Amino acid sequence: MIPFTRWFVLSALCLCPGLISSASAQDIIIGEFASLTGSEATFGINSSNGVELAKEEINNSGGLLGGRKIKIIVEDDQSKPGQPSAAVKKLVANDKSVAILGEIASSRSLEAAPICQEAKIPMVSPGSTNPAVTEKGDYIFRVCFIDPFQGTVMAKFALDHLHVKKVAILQDVKSDYSKGLAQFFKEYFTSHGGQIVGDRSYTGGGIDKDFRAQLTSLKTSQPEAIFVPGYYTEAGLIAKQARSLGIKVPLMGGDGWDSPKLTEIGGTALNGCYFSTHFSVQDKNPNVQDFVKKYQAKYKALPDGMAPLGYDAMMILAQSIKTAGSTDGPKVRDALASVKDYPGVTGNITIDEKRNATKSAVVLEVKDGQAQFVTTVPP
Amino acid sequence: MSSTEFFQQLINGLSLGAFYALIALGYTMVYGVLRFINFAHGDVFMIGAFCGYYFTPRILPHFSGASAPLGVAAVLLVTMLTCAALGILIERLAYRPLRSRPKLTVLITAIGVSLFLEYGGQFLFGADPKPFPELIADRPLENTGALTITTTQLAAFIVTIVLLVALTFIVKRTKLGIAMRAVSNNATAAALMGVNIDTVVSFTFGLGSALAGAAGILYSLSYPSIDPLMGLLPGVKAFVAAVLGGIGNIPGAAVGGIILGVVETFVGGSAFSTYRDAIAFALLILILLFRPAGIFGRMQAEKV
Repeated sequence: MIPFTRWFVLSALCLCPGLISSASAQDIIIGEFASLTGSEATFGINSSNGVELAKEEINNSGGLLGGRKIKIIVEDDQSKPGQPSAAVKKLVANDKSVAILGEIASSRSLEAAPICQEAKIPMVSPGSTNPAVTEKGDYIFRVCFIDPFQGTVMAKFALDHLHVKKVAILQDVKSDYSKGLAQFFKEYFTSHGGQIVGDRSYTGGGIDKDFRAQLTSLKTSQPEAIFVPGYYTEAGLIAKQARSLGIKVPLMGGDGWDSPKLTEIGGTALNGCYFSTHFSVQDKNPNVQDFVKKYQAKYKALPDGMAPLGYDAMMILAQSIKTAGSTDGPKVRDALASVKDYPGVTGNITIDEKRNATKSAVVLEVKDGQAQFVTTVPP
Repeated sequence: MSSTEFFQQLINGLSLGAFYALIALGYTMVYGVLRFINFAHGDVFMIGAFCGYYFTPRILPHFSGASAPLGVAAVLLVTMLTCAALGILIERLAYRPLRSRPKLTVLITAIGVSLFLEYGGQFLFGADPKPFPELIADRPLENTGALTITTTQLAAFIVTIVLLVALTFIVKRTKLGIAMRAVSNNATAAALMGVNIDTVVSFTFGLGSALAGAAGILYSLSYPSIDPLMGLLPGVKAFVAAVLGGIGNIPGAAVGGIILGVVETFVGGSAFSTYRDAIAFALLILILLFRPAGIFGRMQAEKV
C-alpha cells in the first residue's frame, strides 16, 4: 500500500500547478492572432501594441465583471496563408478564448472568421477592410471602415482634390483587400466622369519585387495618377521604380500604406503621393492626442494607423463584455452588435446591421518622408 | 506595343534576368562539382543582403568624395568574404559528415539549413522588412532617349558579366578549377590522383556563396526592402534558371536566368499580368520538353 500512497501523493503534487492555473482561469482569456513576423509584420506588431495598451488600461482600472483581469494570448500567423486558421483553432479549442481579436489583412481574417462563427465566439477585426469579412457570419465584427468606403474616398479625392480624370490601377492580385479597393475605386471613378486608362496586377506578400514591367506598360497609357491599393513594402518599391522609369504623376493608396516603413523603403520617391487611413497623429482631436501620449510613453515611438485600431478593438470588446455582464459568446455578440457612437481614437464608432463600423477616414500626403494630414472624409 | 515600350521592357527583363543569372551561377557550380542541389543558396543570398545592410554604415563613412567607389567595393568584398566563410562553414558542419550517405539525405539537410538560416535570420535581424542603404545612388542614366536604365540595373548587368567571365576562367584555366572538374567527373579517381577533395569542395562552396553574397547586395540595391525570407523566391527562380540552362553548366545558368527574366517581364507588362508566373513557368516546361537536359546541357547515360 505504501507505494500506492506515495504514488497518490506524488500525483496530487503534480496536479498542484493545475490547481493554481485553474484559479487564474478567473482571468478573461481573449485570443489574438496577428502578423508579428513576415511581410506585414509592422501591422501585426502595431495593432498588437494597441491591444496591449488597452488591456493594461482596463486591468489597471479594476478589470471587468467584478475585478476579473483580461489575459491576452497572442499567436503569430507569420503573414502567411494557412497560419491564421491553425492559430485561431488553437486559441478557440486549447486556450478557451471567449473572444478573438484580429487580423489587419483581410485575406487572413477571412480565413479565421468561419472558425469563430462555428464556435459562436465573437471575432473583432481591428483593420480588415474587405466587405466579405463580416459577411462570414453574425459573430464577426470590425472597428474599421470597409473597402467600398475607402475606394470611394480615394476616387472622390482624385476627382475633387487632385482634379484628375485619367487614372491607372496597379493592384495586388493576391490580396482581397487590394482587389476590393481597386474595384470600388473603379466603380465610383468611372461613374463620376473619370476614366481608368490601365489596369495591371502584381503578386504581393513579399513575392514580387520588380514592378518595372507593369509600370512601363502603364506609363504608355499616360495616366494623371496611379492608384496602388497595396501594402507598404510593395508601395515603397513601386514608387521608387516608377520614379526611375520617369513616371512623375502622384500615386495613391489606402491604409495598407500606413507604416513608417513606407517612406523608409520608398524615400523621396513618395513625395506628393496620397493615401487614406484611419487616423493621423496630427489630428487635433483630444481622443487622438491623449492616445498618442500614452502610446509614446509605453513604446517610445509614434503610433501608426494600426495601433489605435487595435486599441479601439480591445476597448469596444471590453465594453461589450461589460454590457453583456458575461463572457458568454452569444451575449457578447449581442452587446457588440448594439455599440453606438463609441468615442474611439479612430473616430466615433457605430456598429451597423452588417457588423461594420461607420466612421470617417483621413487622407494624408507624403512630404519629405512624413505623412501630413490633408483632410477628413466623413461617412 | 510601341517600339519604345518593347525596348524598355527588354531592358527591364535583362536586368531582372541578370539577378536570376547571378544567383543561378552559384547553384549550378555547386551542382556541377557535387551533383547536389544546395537549397540553402538562396538564404546565403539573403545573408549577403543583410551583410550589406550592417556593413554599409560601418564601412562607407571611411571613404568620401572620390574614393566613394572604393568604399562600395570594400562593402562588396567584405560581404563576399563573410558569405564565403559562411558557405564553407555550412559545408563543413552540415554536408561533409553526410558525403558518403545517399544524395537524398544531403538534400533534406540542405532544406534544413535553409530553414535554419531563414528563421535564425528572423530571430537575429527581426522579421520586418528593412530598407537597404543607398550604396550607390539609384538614378536613371542620362542620354538614353525615351528609354530609362538606372545605375543599379547597369551595375547588376556589368557585375554579372564580370563574374561570369571570372568564373569560367577559374573553372577552365586554374589548377583548382581543373581539380573541381576532376572531382565532378569522378571523385574517387580524383582522390587517387592526389586531389584533396575536401579542399576542392570547400573552395567550391566558398566561391558559390561569395557569388550569392554579391547577388544579395546588387539585388537589394535595386529592390531596397530586405527581410529574412527574401531569398526564398529568387532562390527558387534561380534554380529554375539553372535547370533551364542545363544544371552544372556555367554559361547555361546565365542564359537561363536572362530568358526567365525577359519572359517574366514581357508577360508582366501585358494584359495577362495576373498570370505572369504561370505563363513564364509553362514556357519553361515547354522548353524542357524539347531539351530535357536544359539548353546547354548534355544528356548523360548513367550506368545502373
